Amino acid sequence: MSKQYETVIGLEVHVELATKTKIFCGCSTEFGGAPNTHTCPVCTGMPGSLPVLNKQVVEYALAVGLATNCGINQYCKFDRKNYFYPDNPQNYQISQLYLPICHDGWVEIETSAGTKKVGIHEIHMEEDAGKLIHDEWEDCSLVDYNRSGVPLIEIVSEPDMRSADEVIAYLEKLRLIIQYLGASDCKLQEGSMRADVNLSVRELGAPQMGTRTEMKNLNSFKAIARAIEGERKRQIELIEEGKKVIQETRRWDDNKENSHAMRSKEDAQDYRYFPDPDLTPVVISDEWIQAVRDRQPELRTEKLARYQKEFSIPLYDAEILTGSKHMADVFEATVALCGRPKEVSNWLMVEAMRLLKEKEQEPDDMAFSPENLAKLIGLVEQGAVTRTVAKTVFEEIFANNVDPEQYVEEKGLKAVSDEGALRRTIEEIVAANPQSVEDYHNGKVKAMGFLVGQTMRAMKGKADPAAVNKIVKELLTGGAN
Amino acid sequence: MERRADVSILEMTAVELGRKIKSREVSVVQATKAALEQIKALEPAVHAYVTVDEEGALKKAEEIQKKIDAGELTGPLAGVPVAIKDNMCTEGMLTTCSSKILYNFVPAYTAEAVRNLEKAGAVILGKTNMDEFAMGSTTETSAFGVTRNPWNPDHVPGGSSGGSCAAVAANECFYALGSDTGGSIRQPSSFCGVTGIKPTYGTVSRYGLIAYGSSLDQIGPIAKDVTDCAAVLETIASYDKKDSTSIPREDCDFTSALVDDVKGMKIGIPRDYFGEGLDKEVKDAILAAAKVLEEKGAIVEEFDLSLVEYAIPAYYVIASAEASSNLSRFDGVKYGLRAKEYEGLHDMYKKSRSEGFGPEVKRRIMLGAFVLSSGYYDAYYLKALRTKALIKKAFDKAFETYDLILGPASPSTAPRLGESLSDPLKMYLGDIYTISVNLAGLPGMTVPCGLDSRGLPIGMQLIGDCFQEKKIIRAGYAFERSRKYQGPAIAADPKAAAAQAQRGALCGNAREWEAAAAAADKRPADVGAGKEVRS
Repeated sequence: MSKQYETVIGLEVHVELATKTKIFCGCSTEFGGAPNTHTCPVCTGMPGSLPVLNKQVVEYALAVGLATNCGINQYCKFDRKNYFYPDNPQNYQISQLYLPICHDGWVEIETSAGTKKVGIHEIHMEEDAGKLIHDEWEDCSLVDYNRSGVPLIEIVSEPDMRSADEVIAYLEKLRLIIQYLGASDCKLQEGSMRADVNLSVRELGAPQMGTRTEMKNLNSFKAIARAIEGERKRQIELIEEGKKVIQETRRWDDNKENSHAMRSKEDAQDYRYFPDPDLTPVVISDEWIQAVRDRQPELRTEKLARYQKEFSIPLYDAEILTGSKHMADVFEATVALCGRPKEVSNWLMVEAMRLLKEKEQEPDDMAFSPENLAKLIGLVEQGAVTRTVAKTVFEEIFANNVDPEQYVEEKGLKAVSDEGALRRTIEEIVAANPQSVEDYHNGKVKAMGFLVGQTMRAMKGKADPAAVNKIVKELLTGGAN
Repeated sequence: MERRADVSILEMTAVELGRKIKSREVSVVQATKAALEQIKALEPAVHAYVTVDEEGALKKAEEIQKKIDAGELTGPLAGVPVAIKDNMCTEGMLTTCSSKILYNFVPAYTAEAVRNLEKAGAVILGKTNMDEFAMGSTTETSAFGVTRNPWNPDHVPGGSSGGSCAAVAANECFYALGSDTGGSIRQPSSFCGVTGIKPTYGTVSRYGLIAYGSSLDQIGPIAKDVTDCAAVLETIASYDKKDSTSIPREDCDFTSALVDDVKGMKIGIPRDYFGEGLDKEVKDAILAAAKVLEEKGAIVEEFDLSLVEYAIPAYYVIASAEASSNLSRFDGVKYGLRAKEYEGLHDMYKKSRSEGFGPEVKRRIMLGAFVLSSGYYDAYYLKALRTKALIKKAFDKAFETYDLILGPASPSTAPRLGESLSDPLKMYLGDIYTISVNLAGLPGMTVPCGLDSRGLPIGMQLIGDCFQEKKIIRAGYAFERSRKYQGPAIAADPKAAAAQAQRGALCGNAREWEAAAAAADKRPADVGAGKEVRS
């Protein structure tokens, strides 16, 4: 490659909002459920049914808009996007085109290359579609409208990103803001956050943008990074070969690590958008905006500062703890119960993170209760369990959310604090290992370590290592020190 | 046994019957049977109904009688049988919009306006014929056959609520519900010599009304007189949270406006309504009616409303645009007609919709899709919206001076069958006096004011400012005092009806069509061809 290329990326991010009910009817948004059980005449598009806007959707969209420095269209409208597909029961989607609720915002991202602002073109509210299930066996398609009418916001960025790193940083930033606002859980794998990548390349310094493609079906940060790399290469190759990039929508196949064209601009549909006459314009008062601002919970940046100041937690640790809203919630709840922030931080930073990595899970997947972690910390503090035992108990808490007090009791894991019993065990071990005693006396200090290890094994880790050390040494030196 | 309905009951207005039911002079079953007998006798000649629910109506009549006896139902309409236009959803009862595409559609819920009637103790006799999806001015675009004007079977009843208006005129019900998007209550009321109100947009819930032009559609009453209309409107008007365009109103006590006094009321007659195209006999009858009000103390003046000629194009752009989107849900996937043979999804859509919709509906869907398509949106749709706003302004200005506007409901009396369909543009022009009322969201009422030389009814239209139904009710009521309600001859003489029935080839109702179509194997015989999605 002789020439230098720049990659230009813009994102369309769909986020499923955490409302209890759908955007235009009272049906539950809960995941799962037998097909077509969370439905009513409205979300199945029955003749004569009418949509009524769920106010909470506006609240969440406003909250996200304000947290991403957007301007608010205080008079906004819903429009119909007309297209035929069976997952869309009315054959139009209620969305916003002409007057979206939020516009012209930005977020700041941080990568190894430094910090930069990524512009947000607009945020609009819309409804999700149902799900089509193609039954290859029966050669038919079935449709489930449980997801039909689940509220979404679409966050459209400016083409401000230049690398996969920046895209991931931007997505992480959005995810954290939205999670902290409680507006969505933003899980890529489960589809509550979905990103379409618009990408083009151009020669470095070229004034004009190249022809862009839109990439769909990206289900993880890793897939996004791979898709960006793949598409960048594909476009550069085309240009180097003297061919043209075609403006089209492509579908990423993460298993094959390549993409194929879905539809080109030529067969782009005319959606015949027009204001939905069934819905009245949404008028957002200054008071409403202020109220949403006032209710805004502590966001990550504020939390980060507070953890360092209030709990004296180092920046690096605070970043990991606040890197997931759920992790931060667990941290704060546990601290509230046991009052030992550093200790709690250590458990989460070291043990919890280790287990997450082992199990290939995300911090959001931690399912244990803060009560149980607090109890475990209490047990260690009281000396009721040794640290060694505590680590194995934590694994049980992490995996099965066991009550540590009960678990330690049942499994007989209590630390042996009775020095007499400990001394008897060590005396037996010393008596059984005359060679080690002799070695020790001959200057092989390591021999003592062996005896300590033997003791710990015999005590199944329940003995306090300091006490064991002390007694072994006493016995070896004949207590004459 | 002679099948002769109880004429003395049938001639009662809804409110009169309600009173007799209350005083136990007439039972609900008796009234229901009388109406059902009349339907049997006259339907071959009129064909006002798409579906008649004899069994359900009689069962309901007994239930309601019990509730009346128990003192649970005391309203003025308790026990009075009603006919519902077939574009309002009725749970468990076929609702077709007079379209093949909904030939088998049985809704899982009832429209709010109909529910309000049910709560008041209405007995639903059945569903009335209409222009397919309310698109038409003659009821000839129905997929289930035309409805004939009870005054003269060679003429149309008007439309799109032609079935409801004909049923009221023929005494096949005591009152009916219609819907009005561009005159669909007022124009057929005029053609059939009955009274009908299109209320202020937002007064009656649209929930359960199968939409044509959502921003224009309103449900309203059709009855023999103004008193009935006021009583029915009072019953069906309600603020409904399920309809975002529903407006909470404190002034829905419409019957309080039934006062014979128009002294000092300022009535404006738009000169623009009396120009070219208006039939001389209609013109004379309307001006004579205005004279009656003047003699009763109203101040009647001519004025220039302006913009009248722009209403029709603006209306057809807006209504068609909305319809093109509203009707996209009829696709053969979930309910209704699905083409029997197709290859793949796209072909299924195409064939089902091609077979399911009639030509007028297709014309408006295409027109609507065109005006919304990229590159044309501004030139057509936006311009039409701007025109709509200007028309509203012109009315606002008029209502600064006048309490009411008085004019014709249609340029002529009912045309002959077939005359309008051959020239759709002419048919569209016939809506000139009614359409602007919908564009401005105003209330309007048609009151019969005479017959032309062929014996066909003429209707006067009274238009009020938004939320001023009481003014039009007051003026209509005062006018009505000057004359007696007159129905068509066949309403009281089923023998004449039988003779009329033989004059024309008749089409059956939706069920009969269904059976005929199945027999001819024009469509899948199993009703479940389109899998229904029920909540």
